[in-house]
Amino acid sequence: MYLIKEIKEIAPKIKKMVLDAPLLARKHKAGQFVMVINTEKGERIPLTIADKDPEKGEITLIFQEVGKSTIEMGLRKAGEYIFDVVGPLGKPTHIVNYGTVVCIGGGVGTAPLYPITKKMKETGNYIITILGARNKDLFILEKEMESVSDEFYQTTDDGTKGRHGLVTDELQALIDSGRKIDLVLAIGPAIMMKFVSLLTQKYNIPTMVSLNSIMVDGTGMCGACRVSVGGVTKFVCVDGPEFDGHKVNFDELLKRQAMYKDMEEEALKKFLEELKKQESCGGCHA
Amino acid sequence: MPDKKWIPQPKKPRTPIPEQKPEVRRRNFKEVALGYTVELAIEEAYRCLQCKNPLCVDGCPVGIDIPGFIRHIGEGRFEEAYYTLKKYNSLPAICGRVCPQEDQCEQLCIMGKKFKPVAIGRLERFAADWFMQSGKKEDFQIEPPTGKKVAIVGSGPAGLTCAGELAKKGHKVTIFEALHKPGGVLVYGIPEFRLPKKIVDIEVENLKKMGVEIKTSAIIGKLYTIDELLEEEGFDAVFIGTGAGLPYFMGIEGENLNGVYSANEFLTRVNLMRAYMFPEADTPVKIGKRVAVIGGGNTAMDAVRTALRLGAEEAYIIYRRSEAELPAREEEIHHAKEEGVQFKLLTNPVKIIGDENGWVKALQCIKMQLGEPDESGRRRPIPIEGSEFEFPVDTVIMAIGQGPNPLIQETQPDIEVKRWGIIKIDEQGRTSKKGVFAGGDIVTGGATVILAMGQGKRAAQAIDEYLKTGKWE
Ligand SMILES: Cc1cc2nc3c(=O)[nH]c(=O)nc-3n(C[C@H](O)[C@H](O)[C@H](O)COP(=O)(O)OP(=O)(O)OC[C@H]3O[C@@H](n4cnc5c(N)ncnc54)[C@H](O)[C@@H]3O)c2cc1C
Ligand SMILES: Cc1cc2nc3c(=O)[nH]c(=O)nc-3n(C[C@H](O)[C@H](O)[C@H](O)COP(=O)(O)OP(=O)(O)OC[C@H]3O[C@@H](n4cnc5c(N)ncnc54)[C@H](O)[C@@H]3O)c2cc1C
Ligand code: SF4
Ligand code: SF4
Ligand code: FES
Repeated sequence: MYLIKEIKEIAPKIKKMVLDAPLLARKHKAGQFVMVINTEKGERIPLTIADKDPEKGEITLIFQEVGKSTIEMGLRKAGEYIFDVVGPLGKPTHIVNYGTVVCIGGGVGTAPLYPITKKMKETGNYIITILGARNKDLFILEKEMESVSDEFYQTTDDGTKGRHGLVTDELQALIDSGRKIDLVLAIGPAIMMKFVSLLTQKYNIPTMVSLNSIMVDGTGMCGACRVSVGGVTKFVCVDGPEFDGHKVNFDELLKRQAMYKDMEEEALKKFLEELKKQESCGGCHA
Repeated sequence: MPDKKWIPQPKKPRTPIPEQKPEVRRRNFKEVALGYTVELAIEEAYRCLQCKNPLCVDGCPVGIDIPGFIRHIGEGRFEEAYYTLKKYNSLPAICGRVCPQEDQCEQLCIMGKKFKPVAIGRLERFAADWFMQSGKKEDFQIEPPTGKKVAIVGSGPAGLTCAGELAKKGHKVTIFEALHKPGGVLVYGIPEFRLPKKIVDIEVENLKKMGVEIKTSAIIGKLYTIDELLEEEGFDAVFIGTGAGLPYFMGIEGENLNGVYSANEFLTRVNLMRAYMFPEADTPVKIGKRVAVIGGGNTAMDAVRTALRLGAEEAYIIYRRSEAELPAREEEIHHAKEEGVQFKLLTNPVKIIGDENGWVKALQCIKMQLGEPDESGRRRPIPIEGSEFEFPVDTVIMAIGQGPNPLIQETQPDIEVKRWGIIKIDEQGRTSKKGVFAGGDIVTGGATVILAMGQGKRAAQAIDEYLKTGKWE
């Protein structure tokens, strides 16, 4: 059982949750994630440790409410308990002084990007950050990211903030300006990572992506998270989550992510109906 | 009860065990075999000849005094039967159910030469179930505390057994388990209809009563390394029983299509995560109308029978050798057939064919024939050229074996490994690292519950020695 110390909405449908987890706070390294089981009957969902405070013994998770598990988690209150948290999982990011690193965050992908960027900066890299979102209200961790960046850019699909366009447009502009880029690190929706990787491949810029495949155990025991990397099957939870973006078969990943779409929709519908029923009874049990 | 004269009844046929009817059980998760009643158990016990030189014992990897416990059953002294079993085997309710008896104790039983062997496994199960149901408190006989601390990594049969043995010797034992429930394959792999989870829970509770602490969701290699356990957390010795949980795939085209599972994933979703209750429980599982399971071992039988119970209309086993080579327990093959599982033998998949949305549509298979025996002694399957055919299916489950879990080996390079990451041990269960022992599937590759237990027990003896003498040479 893990005590929720704080929970708040930091952008529409994006919640930040601070958990009391001293051991995880102490053991976590940038790039690693945990499996969270919200309730006793809950599924095991992977979430990146977005921040930690070993002194206070806290870890921070930032998650987007996309389906039943994350919406249900978003309804939890400070003082309540999360059923279980397992980790830290996955290989930590290989962080050395690469030179100039472009860190690209799409949507909630900024959450896992932040601890890595922070560490990259501490290791002496020159950090150029590009954050993308659909509109200006959907950005998260803007201040935090800016504070660890040497240059900071934003893009929106609707032009309400920063460049009107996609993160790849900003990246293209950087490349066109003749800047030397030693590494691109992209974390966001699979479709974004796919197009960033296609672009950097053209210019031979090494590219690291962090994959969000469906997982069950997160310990290398089931193979649910498998992806093809350079034609070889890899398990994201133990071999990753970071891989060479130029080698990942993103189309396969996208298809596998949609494997339970119909069932997830059914579960969500049922959950929302239950929720309505409870509310209409006046929330007397609250 | 006074000793009666033992008059064996060898000519009596082997006592059948009451079972759920196939047409009923194929759609439920309740246990298939219901177990002997007192009368049936005594009847079967009297088939035993009480051999002076019992061959059956040689067939049991932990050398249970089989005639001894059977005599106790025959004489109605069930509690004694239970404690006789417990002297050798800490998990009799489990082994009685899942041991491949036909290759072990029962294979060598002298009665098998002329008649059918004594149903040793069923009797073992009876004695253990009787004790559990009797409500009697188990007498653990724990020695005074030694002040030594041992860490057990993994809570499968190897880890549970090692923990129990060490606790009895008075050592302070902590089990670290990666998953959120203890039991290893016994909870995430073997389904309820073969091994009710309640039985595993009782064994785990017993360990707690003996003072063993169980830390779930604690992954060694990630949360702590073995070095940290020894140097920072104050453990005097470590036992690694992390099992063979890494699922193998065939490496054929189409294996990453939607609708292709490893048996581990499929069974974990259903057993550990209770996907059969979806959406009551949050974890989903996909079951098509036609399900093909690749492989012929216990894992394959468990997967195919689980698929039936989840509503598959047709469920197939696809196996590259013939019926005689099927590695699964005889009873499971028999049960699977009764439940309507269809066997496509001497058949091997060469490719999985998908539709335009990335979902499985068919298996491309090739027919096989058996050639000369290979190093395992089984006849090697050889593809028959030009015999390829397409077999429409919508779910494919790979049950072709598992390799050792890799997390510890990655972070602890001073523990020597053999091929495929199997941890190397000596005859006492010691690894190449001082104070670190190992046993179970992590040192053998996928084997059996009783072998894992036997190794856990042997390692416990060596650990106890080591803790007392400090000697390691
Ligand atoms: C290593 C890793 C780190 C991640 N870190 C974060 C993070 O920091 N913040 C964040 O918001 N999200 C993160 N995700 C994604 C997050 O796990 C999913 O959004 C979440 O599981 C959705 O669950 P749901 O029940 O709410 O939605 P559902 O309705 O179940 O599913 C919505 C979509 O989420 C994905 N999904 C569903 N179940 C799982 C599962 N068990 N494992 C992985 N993906 C699943 C599928 O693509 C699905 O279509 C991460 C994923 C991975 C693999
Ligand atoms: C589906 C299936 C059916 C089977 N049927 C039978 C049968 O009928 N009869 C039979 O005799 N045998 C059967 N077997 C084989 C038998 O279950 C195994 O041989 C036995 O469970 C091995 O025991 P173990 O203790 O070595 O490992 P496991 O049971 O595999 O347990 C290992 C445990 O260690 C944990 N672990 C792994 N890595 C770490 C880590 N780094 N930190 C912490 N914990 C970790 C795992 O989560 C797991 O719980 C079957 C196997 C399967 C998969
Ligand atoms: S433990 Fe297994 S092999 Fe030994 S007697 Fe019992 S059923 Fe037979
Ligand atoms: S070999 Fe068979 S008959 Fe003889 S003691 Fe063992 S079980 Fe009884
Ligand atoms: S999530 Fe099960 S192997 Fe990666």
